[in-house]
Amino acid sequence: MNKQRKPLLSHDWLQTLLASLLCILGGLIIGFIVLLIIEPSGAWEAIINILKNFFRYPSQKLQLKYLGQTLTRTAPLLMCSLSVLFAYKVGMFNIGAAGQYVAGACAALYFALAFKMPWWVCMLAAMAAGALLGAFSGALKTYCNVNVVISGIMLNWIALYLTNLILATVKNPTSPYTMAVRNINPKALLPQMGLNTLFGNEKTVTIAIPLAVIMAIVVWIVLNKTKFGYELKATGYNYHAAKYSGMKENRNIILTMMISGALAGMGAALLYLTGIEEWETTISSVPGMGFNGIAVAFLGGLSPLGSILSAYFIQHITLGGGNVDLSVYCAQISSLISSLIIFLCAFVAFFKLAIQNRLRAKEDALRTAAVPSADPAPDPDPQPDPDPVPIADDDPQKGGDAE
Amino acid sequence: MEQYAVEMLHITKRFPGIIANDDITLQLKKGEIHALLGENGAGKSTLMSVLFGLYTPEEGEIRMDGQTVKIRNPNDANDRGIGMVHQHFKLVECFTVLENIIMGVEPTDKLGFLKKRQAREKVVAMSEKYGLHVNPDALISDITVGMQQRTEILKMLYRENDILIFDEPTAVLTPQEIVELMQIMKNLAAEGKSILFISHKLNEIMEVADRCTVLRKGKYVGTVDIADTTKAELSRMMVGRDVKFAVDKDDANPGEVILHVENMSVASKQHEKDAVKNVSFDVHSGEIVCIAGIDGNGQSELVFGITGLEPLKSGSISLCGQDITKAPIRKRNVSGMSHIPEDRHKHGLVLDYTLEDNMVLQRYFEPTFTNGLGFLKRKEIREYADALIEQYDVRSGQGAVTTARSMSGGNQQKAIIAREIDKNPDLLVAVQPTRGLDVGAIEYIHKQIVAQRDAGKAVLLVSLELDEVMNVSDRILVMFEGEIVGEFDPKQVTVEELGLYMAGAKREEMEQ
Repeated sequence: MNKQRKPLLSHDWLQTLLASLLCILGGLIIGFIVLLIIEPSGAWEAIINILKNFFRYPSQKLQLKYLGQTLTRTAPLLMCSLSVLFAYKVGMFNIGAAGQYVAGACAALYFALAFKMPWWVCMLAAMAAGALLGAFSGALKTYCNVNVVISGIMLNWIALYLTNLILATVKNPTSPYTMAVRNINPKALLPQMGLNTLFGNEKTVTIAIPLAVIMAIVVWIVLNKTKFGYELKATGYNYHAAKYSGMKENRNIILTMMISGALAGMGAALLYLTGIEEWETTISSVPGMGFNGIAVAFLGGLSPLGSILSAYFIQHITLGGGNVDLSVYCAQISSLISSLIIFLCAFVAFFKLAIQNRLRAKEDALRTAAVPSADPAPDPDPQPDPDPVPIADDDPQKGGDAE
Repeated sequence: MEQYAVEMLHITKRFPGIIANDDITLQLKKGEIHALLGENGAGKSTLMSVLFGLYTPEEGEIRMDGQTVKIRNPNDANDRGIGMVHQHFKLVECFTVLENIIMGVEPTDKLGFLKKRQAREKVVAMSEKYGLHVNPDALISDITVGMQQRTEILKMLYRENDILIFDEPTAVLTPQEIVELMQIMKNLAAEGKSILFISHKLNEIMEVADRCTVLRKGKYVGTVDIADTTKAELSRMMVGRDVKFAVDKDDANPGEVILHVENMSVASKQHEKDAVKNVSFDVHSGEIVCIAGIDGNGQSELVFGITGLEPLKSGSISLCGQDITKAPIRKRNVSGMSHIPEDRHKHGLVLDYTLEDNMVLQRYFEPTFTNGLGFLKRKEIREYADALIEQYDVRSGQGAVTTARSMSGGNQQKAIIAREIDKNPDLLVAVQPTRGLDVGAIEYIHKQIVAQRDAGKAVLLVSLELDEVMNVSDRILVMFEGEIVGEFDPKQVTVEELGLYMAGAKREEMEQ
């Protein structure tokens, strides 16, 4: 009887969505509490401003314009999250996405400003640069057994300072920023294809936005529908079984990191080739885009399609953070609040587990109440708990370690 | 009224879609060895988890010394004197025996320094008392599995547990070690410890247990006195029907050479010495060649070398006349080799994949399952998986879309066997295919292996179970310390004789 009612909440995507919303709510509440502690009088207004972002502008035209800007900045974030989740599906935590993003920025801007290349060449160069860095991490992992996280973090810094060095050759003589692509080489700007007219003629709105969404769909298809995705995920879930079945497990790891890097690199191209900002060649911290990609990926339930929504949300509140009344709060408050929310976003898996446990407890209760009429299934070994049950496993699990 | 150390009365535990324990009663007398018998998935694990406070039963109660108790978590169980030797030992490899024993209950002085000497005396005294001889200063990584098990037993005794649970303790032991363990268990019982012995090896239960409780499909079948029962009776209670212990098969009819291994050596990951030393043998079509030996004598590495999971150090292998010494794994898999791996969780399955995705693990790249653009043909995969599930009677909660992880060990193994046999290989390499399985599943798997032989396939079987070696094989090769030390006809050799070769006490000079 309860079988018919079960499906709704037991859908995986719904659980993820619910968990994500819980995370967002939790982040907002903690953020609000922090605001209250600092200065109670302006807290409510501040949190509303963060949530409103561009909606606080009175005219619809302005709202559209800033929506366009938010979307433009969402595209690279989405790409970074795709990069992270792609590697994650294959069992690697690509924290190096941040560095691969930087490498992409370097290549895109250098090809645009120094070689005066058209946009698509710049974008491919950015992807190649990200892929190169990713391949480096992947090769270190397969041939020297260096953890991808460690090599990723190191390479982030190497990429940052190399980029500063290289882009200093194309920087504006009077400022630390690179020259504006718009002035030097307009054909390196991503085409707009009329999209800008939809957003109050915001000139930074380009095909970057649909391109990122298309990439999300492509990543989803590759991972879920193709032989290639089947192999990659098998390698990620169980390296040994992949080897056993004759997959080229080492090649798969390097290839995954290359693709992951290319996605992050493309993300950088989608930002810098819109002309929305320039690279600051004196910057001494790795841009947060790649790191935020991690939060986005988790908030989106590690699904490429979920990432589309979560990337927008994170970008929305990050920009919204800039609207906090600075006469009441210090300048860092916007970053603090948005990072608190982003931090909470990493807890999706935790909340999801909590939801599942609740659901299970409820089902158990229902079943106890109902007449136990169901005939015992032929195979009563259900491992109902995701945590491993430490005692009395009938089956010699992982027999290999019992030597 | 009799004194019971533990009584589990009318325990019922349900999981979604399944009643894992349905009104089960288990009464453990003081000082007895009580066997708990049941097939995989009969509910033994669940019952023990209830006893350890990992699950709360919906119905029933637990009594200790006649008092109703609530066991909320494993620490609770520990405090009440319940201890367990797990099938997979929970030992720290780089610690000594003594350090492992006192871990968690280390005696310390006021300043927090370890009082090792005192602990040591206690451990030595205990090992004397129960005949558990073990060197307290040896590192776990240096001692044998049998010694490691003794360490686990001492761990329980050190904590002054009175109720000792042994979870399939003989699975990893040599025949000699098993005899010793049986004696230790008897000593412990004589000292007043109550022992719960989980097993599905009927011989051992007959030998050591006083009483036996049998579970089947989550239900309580009965409790019998061992003195009044027989092996056949117990197996009928466990499986619900008569079970044949002997494998029905005709004489082998060997044909041409399928697998030819020449002077093969494989390096060891653990030691300087090679794991496989200069081994040569052939496997013909239509015969089952069995590699017998005690675990860790190079059998695993031998198979890794043949199947390509490890590179050879020297020597050569050919399959159906084709040299595959350096061939990649995929090449071997598609040119007629099937491999039922020793470790089904490590190599055999992607546990987080569905059953259907696991069913095509060796074939997903074939045009039948992948189209020209690299997209998987989901419909064909589903049909193929459903056919295999049907044909090999692989049972799971949701059929083809069940996650492999949620299936029972026996059905996971059946899935692997279905996949490997359906490839229609020339050579089937089966490593401990019945490990950890119950009588019914073993019978089934042996039938499949013999059927493969009868269909003219070559079968290389690696087994640690002497019963299996004697019953299934047509030819036995004994491995000891990486070398083949004897070749036998199962009809003309005794188990005792084989045991001597397996333990390295005897060896014959091979022709090569």
